[in-house]
Amino acid sequence: MFSVVPIQYYIFISTVLFCIGVLGVLFRRNAIIIFMSVELMLNSVNLLLVAFSAYHNDASGQVFVFFVMAVAAAEVAVGLSILVTIYRNVHSVDIDELKSLKH
Amino acid sequence: MTVLSKNPVHSVIYLIGCFFAIAGHYLLLNAEFLAVVHIIVYAGAIMVLFLSTLMLMNLNDETEQHKPALAKIGAVIAAGLLMLVLVAVLKKADALPAPVNQDLSIGTIKNLGKVLLDEYLFPFEFSSVLFLSAMIGAVLLTKKEISPQTPKGGF
Repeated sequence: MFSVVPIQYYIFISTVLFCIGVLGVLFRRNAIIIFMSVELMLNSVNLLLVAFSAYHNDASGQVFVFFVMAVAAAEVAVGLSILVTIYRNVHSVDIDELKSLKH
Repeated sequence: MTVLSKNPVHSVIYLIGCFFAIAGHYLLLNAEFLAVVHIIVYAGAIMVLFLSTLMLMNLNDETEQHKPALAKIGAVIAAGLLMLVLVAVLKKADALPAPVNQDLSIGTIKNLGKVLLDEYLFPFEFSSVLFLSAMIGAVLLTKKEISPQTPKGGF
């Protein structure tokens, strides 16, 4: 089974996904949603890596996707624990209220 | 949908749908193992983490105040311009040549494991160290500080 979708379409769809992620980061005030938008951006890059690895017949791209997933998982774990700590102290995850580091 | 829905729990659900769609694309690209790993890691682990944090913070009602309209318009314009520029550049780019005859076996576990442990052994070990430090960091950060009044060993 060959990949029937041309690679240009994958480039465009990951561009659109990345821009939706950027929009989410700029648009929302809830820090958790901003984390999810960052995940969306990472996923668009993953999709592009897999598309090009299939295009070039090279498994290195898929290995890189593994590393991106590992870094994303670690980032989410640490980031969410930081958010829980902030919420415990400030009772808010609104980034406009978290502008200063002191409480 | 992920960005625009008011309720954060709905955003999580939409994001899970998006992840499943991406996993379907991986299947189309002959990366079966990666598709399974993607579903397990993202839909199974990361989204559960998000959901439990949301429940912990009790944010599932629509209490979030939104940004002022000017900031919203600015965000939409900025993201739209970024998309416009990227799409225009990619449209202008030369068409890629047709792919070489595709080997269907590069997405299998056997092949991926070979590449992972041959060429990328050091980053692999390094990512395990990263995971360990992330785990320790998460536990340390969320640990409640025991106040000095409480007796030792008790809560």
